[in-house]
Formats: sequence, structure tokens, C-alpha cells
Amino acid sequence: MLRYTLKRLVSLIISLAIASLVIFFVIEVAPGDPAQFMLGLNAQPDTVAALRAELGLDVPKWERYLNWVGGMLAGDFGTSYTYRTPVAEMIADRLWVSLPLALYALTLSTLIAFPAGIYAAARHGHPGDVAVMGATQLGVAIPNFWFAMMLVLIFAINLRWFSAGGFAGWDEGFWTGIHSLTLPAIALALPQAAILARVMRSSLLDILGEDFMRTARAKGLSRRQALWRHGVRNALIPVLTIIGLQFAFLIAGGIIIEQVFYLPGLGRLIFQSISSRDLIVVESVVMLLVFAVIVVNFLVDLAYAAVDPRLRSRT
Amino acid sequence: MRRNLIVGAALSSIVVVAALLSFVWTPFDHAQMNIPERLQTPNGVHWLGTDHFGRDILSMVMVGARTSIAVALVAVGIGMSLGVPLGLAAAARKGSWLDELIMRGNDLIFAFPSLVIAILITAVFGASAVNAIIAIGIFNIPVFARITRGAALSLWEREFIMAARVSGKSGPRISVEHILPNVANLLIVQGTIQFSLGILAEAALSYVGLGAQPPTPSWGRMLADAQTMVSLAPHLALVPGVAIILTVLGLNLMGDGLRDYLDPRLRVART
Repeated sequence: MLRYTLKRLVSLIISLAIASLVIFFVIEVAPGDPAQFMLGLNAQPDTVAALRAELGLDVPKWERYLNWVGGMLAGDFGTSYTYRTPVAEMIADRLWVSLPLALYALTLSTLIAFPAGIYAAARHGHPGDVAVMGATQLGVAIPNFWFAMMLVLIFAINLRWFSAGGFAGWDEGFWTGIHSLTLPAIALALPQAAILARVMRSSLLDILGEDFMRTARAKGLSRRQALWRHGVRNALIPVLTIIGLQFAFLIAGGIIIEQVFYLPGLGRLIFQSISSRDLIVVESVVMLLVFAVIVVNFLVDLAYAAVDPRLRSRT
Repeated sequence: MRRNLIVGAALSSIVVVAALLSFVWTPFDHAQMNIPERLQTPNGVHWLGTDHFGRDILSMVMVGARTSIAVALVAVGIGMSLGVPLGLAAAARKGSWLDELIMRGNDLIFAFPSLVIAILITAVFGASAVNAIIAIGIFNIPVFARITRGAALSLWEREFIMAARVSGKSGPRISVEHILPNVANLLIVQGTIQFSLGILAEAALSYVGLGAQPPTPSWGRMLADAQTMVSLAPHLALVPGVAIILTVLGLNLMGDGLRDYLDPRLRVART
């Protein structure tokens, strides 16, 4: 296990290093000089040069890359070009929206998917199964931002149960915050729940065909007891993997939903920074998201290998 | 489950036919503004109503289908034309540095949050349909490389490949002549699924203004335009949304149906 962990750790570090290089250079080739952009078209050349020096844009590219990576390792994400505040602080503020949103959506998706998947598997081939599978087909096909608009139309504009957008902030109290994240979380959770329900169903169906399930029935357990004690528990392993991956996806995937609901999260931060050429913010936020995805994947792999020793020998 | 195939193919063909038809005929000129007739609900003249400029929504949806299909199709083409050779090469030289390099590269692309990177690419290189295609296409490459390699690896163990090797055929030649035809079914099925994902991705990108630019209509931007008027004219949001859903649903059903039809051994519960 230690060998496996070390091997995975090395590839984790290599992935992160390559990812940082790719992100840095993709953004570096972006047309438009940030200093020129901030000062406008009529700026004097020496003013632009002074600002470039102030922002640290006058040093060679590779040196800036090293500064950026070195800074991030020390927890310093640089200073925003436009707001002149540390990027780390901006990210921390936004995380308090994006992270709870992702967790909320994940909880909802799990709460919907588990019963649906288990029900479908237990009634395999019956009308109930067909109905659940049909619903998941639809859930996968619905774009979440469109679903979000429909939720706003029904629950915010017509029924007035929720506000159509914006975020009240956690200072107003926990439930106020949760309330304003509810529609976005539902919109994010829908496609995830559809996928998760399918995984839950197929995983449980695999388990139900195993010999030990027949043994469980033979020793006198009822269908229901066998399903819950031996079926669902064993079926959970692949499901948990998918939940891990979905969490990583949700942190980054809220980006469009945040646009729909005008939520001040990481997604909106990226959009705002791109339009104001605040490259350092874009770089750092994207890197953070990639970091989150890679690390969550790594942890999922480790957890998986810890549970199932056969996986350690595979590459 | 032949039903899946029929329903899926029917839905997909409706969309494709509508897109093709829009080249020669649409009920109205999709770009023609007609302010006095704006925000009409569906009626006898404008079957799906009009938008805030009085443009005919049915015409816009038909032309928008063209954009969606073109973007998703070329993105699948990019993924296949690069991913399949990489996967074949990796499988042909299993365990070599080439295999290792290709698979690690794939893992890396998989690790990137695709939507964020697509947004980054289109934002950095400019919002356009072409950049949207590239941004979506890049993430199709590892999907096809992985699925090709996986299928090819098991084929390399088979007797008929052994026979081909004994008869003196080279690795690349075996890959093209014997492996490729045998993984083609799998690629077609995966192609339909990636196609449907591409439609969704294109809609998301053009919704945030990073896809096809005006005056080219696209479903995503129709939705973005509809958003501010959703309480006034819900049909503006409803129509393009339903178009996206039916297209994606149709392609997914067709993918499921095709897989069952082409290869019953692959009939596993799809996740």
C-alpha cells in the first residue's frame, strides 16, 4: 500500500506541475497586455512601462512562472491587477459560496439518487425500473442552466418562494444562506443525480447476481434483508468513487450556474477576471480548481485501493 | 431494447432534417427583425412565436440546430481522428514508453475540469464557433484514445491477430487492417454519446457568450437572450431548451440502442 501511495503521489506531483505549466502558458499567449488594458488606449508608453514594472510583468516569462508557482506553494497567490488585493483573499471569500454550493448539490444528488437507484435495481425489469431509467435519461439530457432558468421561473417569479438570484451571505444566518443556495443547488444536482442513480442501479444489479446473495437468501434472509445487508453495502464502493469525482466536478461545474443566479462564487470570479484581463486571478483560480480535481481523484484512488487490494497491482 | 434505437434515431433525424432544411427553407428569414410582431406566443403564422425583436423562433431554432450539430460533429471528428490512432498505437506497443506517455497524457487531460478549460480557451483566444469546437474537441481525444486502447488490447490477445503477426504483418498494418474494423462499432457508439455531450457543451458555451457569435443563431445564446424576459415570455426559454433536450435525449437513446444492436455482448447497464 505504501509503494502504491508513493507511486500515485509522484504522478500526482507530475500532473500538477504539467497542469501549472499548461495553464500559465495558455494564459500568457492571451492577446492583450494587462497594463495596456488597465490604462486604456491613450496611455503614455512610460506610464504603461511603469505599471508593467509594478505588476511584475517586465521580468522574463520563466521567472514569472517560477514566482507564481513558488508563491502558490507558500500560500501566496499573488495580487489582483485590478483590485490590488491578495488573490488568496478573493478566492477565500468566493470559496464560501462555491464550496457550500457544491456540498449542498452533492447532498441533494445523493439523497435523490440512492433511493432511485436502489428502487430501480430491486424492481429490475418492472415498470418502476423503466420509469426511473427513463427519468435518468431525461435528467442527463437537460442542460443544468436551462433547468435553472425554469426553476427561477416557477419558484422565484411565479411562486415567490425563493429569490431569483444573488446571495444573502452567511452573516444573515445559516438558513438564509442555505435558502439562497437552494435553487442553484437543485439545478446543479439534477444531472448528477441522474448519473449517480444509474451507477447505483448498475452496481447493485451486479451485486445481486453474485453467489453470496443467493447464500444470503438461502440462509433465510428475506429479499429486503438480503438487499440491504449484503447488496447495498457492497454496491456502495463504485458509487462512492463516482461521488468523489462528482464533488470535484461540482466545485468547478458551478461556474455556469453561478452566472445564472448571479452568485459571487469562483465561477463568476473567473468570468469577471477574464473580461478585465486580470490574468493572475484567472491563473490562480483555474489552478486551484485543477488542483482540487486532481487531489480529489488521488484520494478516491487511494480509498479505492485501501478497500480493494487487487487494484494496487494495476497501474 | 430495439425501441431505444428507433425512438432515438427518430428524434435525432428530426433535428438533422430540420438543420438541413434550414439551408434551403425556413418559415421566415431567421435574422429578419419585425418589431411590431415581437414577443408573440405560438400562433398560426409564427408556429413557435417570435422573440423580442420579432424574429421567428422556429426559423432561429432550425438554423441554431445547424450550429449545434456542426460544432459537436467536428469536435467528435477531432476526438476520433487524434484519439483513435493514439489508442491504437498505445495498444500495439503495450507497456512501452509510448503507451505510458499517451496514457499519462490522457489522465492529465481527464483531470482538467473540462468546462473551465473550455471557457478559458474561448476567453483567451476569442469567442467563436471555431474555438468552441477546439475547446470541446480536445476533451474528446482522451475519451477515444482510452476506449480504443482498451478494446484493442483485448483484441491483440486473440488468435486471428496472432495469425496476422505470424504471416509477417507489421504492427501498424495489423492495427489498421484488423484491429480498427473490430473496434469500429464501439467507436460509433461512443461517437454518438460524445456527440450529445458536445451539443450540451456548445449550448453552455454559447449561453455564456463564448460560442458562435451573432448573427449566427445558436440555442445557447437564444437561452441567454431569453433569460431576462423569462417572466414576460416563457416560450422564448422553453423552445430552445426543449430543442436541446430532445436532441441530446435522441442521441443518447440512439447510442444505447446502437450498442445493443451492434454488439449484444456489450449489453451492460450503462452508467
